[in-house]
Amino acid sequence: MSAAVAIPHDMEPHPVTGMYNGKFGLWLFLASEVMLFGALFSSYVLLRMGAPEGTWPKHGAEILNVPLATFNTVVLITSSVTMVMAWAALKMNNIARGQLFLTVTFLLAGAFLVVKYFEYSEKFNHFEVWLKEPMVVDGNSVSSIRGHLAKDCPPLTKETHIRAFAIPEFILLDPDAPAGSKEHPPTLRIDGGNIRRISDFGPAHSTFLATYFTLTGLHGLHIIGGMVVILYFMLTGSRFAQKRPDKYADRIECTGLYWHFVDLVWIFLFPVLYLL
Amino acid sequence: MSHHEMTAEEVSHHVRTYLKVFGALLVLTVITVGVFYLHLPIVGAVVVALIVASIKGSLVACYFMHLISERGLIYWILALCALFFVVLLLLPVITDHEAVGTVTH
Repeated sequence: MSAAVAIPHDMEPHPVTGMYNGKFGLWLFLASEVMLFGALFSSYVLLRMGAPEGTWPKHGAEILNVPLATFNTVVLITSSVTMVMAWAALKMNNIARGQLFLTVTFLLAGAFLVVKYFEYSEKFNHFEVWLKEPMVVDGNSVSSIRGHLAKDCPPLTKETHIRAFAIPEFILLDPDAPAGSKEHPPTLRIDGGNIRRISDFGPAHSTFLATYFTLTGLHGLHIIGGMVVILYFMLTGSRFAQKRPDKYADRIECTGLYWHFVDLVWIFLFPVLYLL
Repeated sequence: MSHHEMTAEEVSHHVRTYLKVFGALLVLTVITVGVFYLHLPIVGAVVVALIVASIKGSLVACYFMHLISERGLIYWILALCALFFVVLLLLPVITDHEAVGTVTH
């Protein structure tokens, strides 16, 4: 690049903002992201406060997997550290070390998504059946039963126009073990005539799960977006860093800002969705 | 101070800070989950969870995002952002709370 087309404050801090323009732009973007997630958090509060008695779980852990989410929290925090270590290494002109930390960050992000995939798919294989007349399970009379479809249960079909499960002639359900126990009650046969509604634990199950999938889904998309950028720098970074080491460190700093923000959002999502 | 003028010693000082923050974040994660298993009443649980999450968020913003060493306009912009965020969060409260969740015809 010739000096004639040098962009002002491309690298040097702008006197007003105190930072180079790229970083300032990224902060403005993050401010808009705060508004996006803020609106969704606000909707969460509104929906939860307005939920009719008994329709919102006492806390997310009733439905969601806390140990997996705790593991994922640690994975994401660690990836934030490796991201900032990549920047620090590049600042010390250690390109190989910087690229290595960048790769570790990418792998940790991938690990987060793999865990999330298992969490999501478990939700789509877990069912709740609401009954017309209560049934006795494990000595308790219940009006809805949660569990997994038994092996020899005929497959469920969806009604195309309303995307809900059609009520079958009967289903065979392995009910969940009661809280604090590992022993599953025996397989239940439930006649279609007594079934009011069947749903997996997908977004259609309840307002809570719709909120959960919206918030974690949007967060997951942000993880994927970050991984695309990190992968780009993993592939092209070494060559660019040899030509413009300072500029490259700045780019990684900006990528890091975004990445830490994604981590920060998860720090709030985790307790709000899983623990409260 | 611009980051461009940082010496290798300053960077390695930063690295030590990052590792301390990492440790603090892990401890706070353990606290978040540990408090959950105490099964506090809902108000207490919400207050503790949000305070711990805010501390964790501040650590990430201040140290990993270098906000603590930034100068100038960015603080005002982020303050404005925080203000709008709080307004967004208060919307459900500002709205007629009693009417929320009731069916209107």
